[in-house]
Amino acid sequence: MSNLFPLSVEGALTRRRGRVLVGPVDLKLDPTGTTMVIGPNGAGKTSLLRMLHGIARLGAGRINWACEEHEAQRHQAFVFQQPVMMRRTVQDNLAYPLRLSGVKRAEARDRAAVWAGKVGLGAMLTRQATVLSGGERQKLAIARALIRDPELLFLDEPCSSLDGRATREIEEILHGVAEVGTRIIMSTHDMGQARRLGTEVAFLLHGKVHEFAAADTFFPAPATAQARAFLNGDIVE
Amino acid sequence: MSDLLEGALQAFWLVFGRDPVLIEISLRSLRVTLTALLVACVIALPLGAYLAVRRFRLRRYVIAVLNALMGLPPVVVGLIVYVFLSRSGPLGVLGLLFTPTAMIIAQVIIIVPLIASIAHQALRELWSDYHDLLISMNASQGQRIRALLWDGRRALLTAALAGFGRGIGEVGAIMVVGGNIDHLTRVLTTAIALETGKGEFALALALGFILIAIAIGVNLAIHMLSGTEREGRW
Ligand SMILES: Nc1ncnc2c1ncn2[C@@H]1O[C@H](COP(=O)(O)OP(=O)(O)OP(=O)(O)O)[C@@H](O)[C@H]1O
Ligand SMILES: [Mg+2]
Repeated sequence: MSNLFPLSVEGALTRRRGRVLVGPVDLKLDPTGTTMVIGPNGAGKTSLLRMLHGIARLGAGRINWACEEHEAQRHQAFVFQQPVMMRRTVQDNLAYPLRLSGVKRAEARDRAAVWAGKVGLGAMLTRQATVLSGGERQKLAIARALIRDPELLFLDEPCSSLDGRATREIEEILHGVAEVGTRIIMSTHDMGQARRLGTEVAFLLHGKVHEFAAADTFFPAPATAQARAFLNGDIVE
Repeated sequence: MSDLLEGALQAFWLVFGRDPVLIEISLRSLRVTLTALLVACVIALPLGAYLAVRRFRLRRYVIAVLNALMGLPPVVVGLIVYVFLSRSGPLGVLGLLFTPTAMIIAQVIIIVPLIASIAHQALRELWSDYHDLLISMNASQGQRIRALLWDGRRALLTAALAGFGRGIGEVGAIMVVGGNIDHLTRVLTTAIALETGKGEFALALALGFILIAIAIGVNLAIHMLSGTEREGRW
């Protein structure tokens, strides 16, 4: 169980050049579970995750962690929609977060090799990360995020370039880390995935949290017409 | 045209005759510029990275000044260093004027802005790639700078080689602060200037060819050394 939660978000919003990207958002997140952030393109999913993670500056409102903000920051990891590949080998990419927190080189590289194996990159340890395919990059980014055992894991459409099998494998890993208490907040366009992994759902529309509910009430019976339309694959106004 | 030919011939004989004076001034050229390069890199590379990573109020001005200093005429640098090191100058007690150390100081001042500017340019791009990731991972300022320096090392090598090129071919500043003293501060470029002045075009050309050969040789050597660990295209 995570020490960062419960998390309460009050009127938080981020702006870019005067335009509100997302917010104001009010949320209460419990210590356990997997929150699925869904919504149409441009709804503000990425912006919401970045704001919660603290890499997009708060324009207003508050984000209250259960612990010191600095402490909270140290126990989070983020998988970006476009994974950032450091210009090093796969192994060194994976080892990097460990090296940042002072793990010795040899141990960091060993643990990197283990994680590479878990996400199916075991045969590519010495390859330059910059030449990986889109799917391989996503796997690398996920392993790199998990390698420091974060208490809170943000994933921004982590499986968008993965094939069916790789998606299942990643979902299994995520399931595993959720089971041991890692709090997950992720966005996805894959409603099957949202159902499989999510315990609660935040449906975003036009930069606002339009509907926030437990997964087993949201999916069978969304409360709003817009969410219903979105789940049906219709145009959402 | 015959000067060129004669120069080439003479260069050939100087090199293959292992002319001791030639060897002496060539080695001094290399020693002065490589030392200056080393010192300049230690200053300029972290400075370039710092400017890429850190946003502070005067940042734009520092960058503008650096860019302006890139075009600084070496002879002016030489003059300023001269004034500082001359007997009555603030650093006169050190007795450095007309020594290789003075030449190194002048060259450091000349190539730091060049290396820092090129490094900053390259690392700024890398930083825009890495920004979100490193911030997300809570990397400290120093860790960010180190990541940029390490992962940007190919671009930084180019910056360093540009600095080497500027240093090894530079004559104005080292002439002023070094004095072109035989067996003490004479290097290839100042020797060329001297021989040209005396009308010894062939010898001057010969030295020029050797200078070019050294510059190319150092570039190739460094590229080959760094190429051994390469995979991928960056
Ligand atoms: N840096 C930025 N500058 C200006 N506008 C931005 C910036 N980032 C995002 N936006 C805008 O904010 C809105 C929300 O973007 P965001 O990336 O959060 O959407 P999203 O829900 O993640 O979409 P997608 O499903 O396409 O990933 C969009 O209209 C986008 O154009
Ligand atoms: Mg997005």
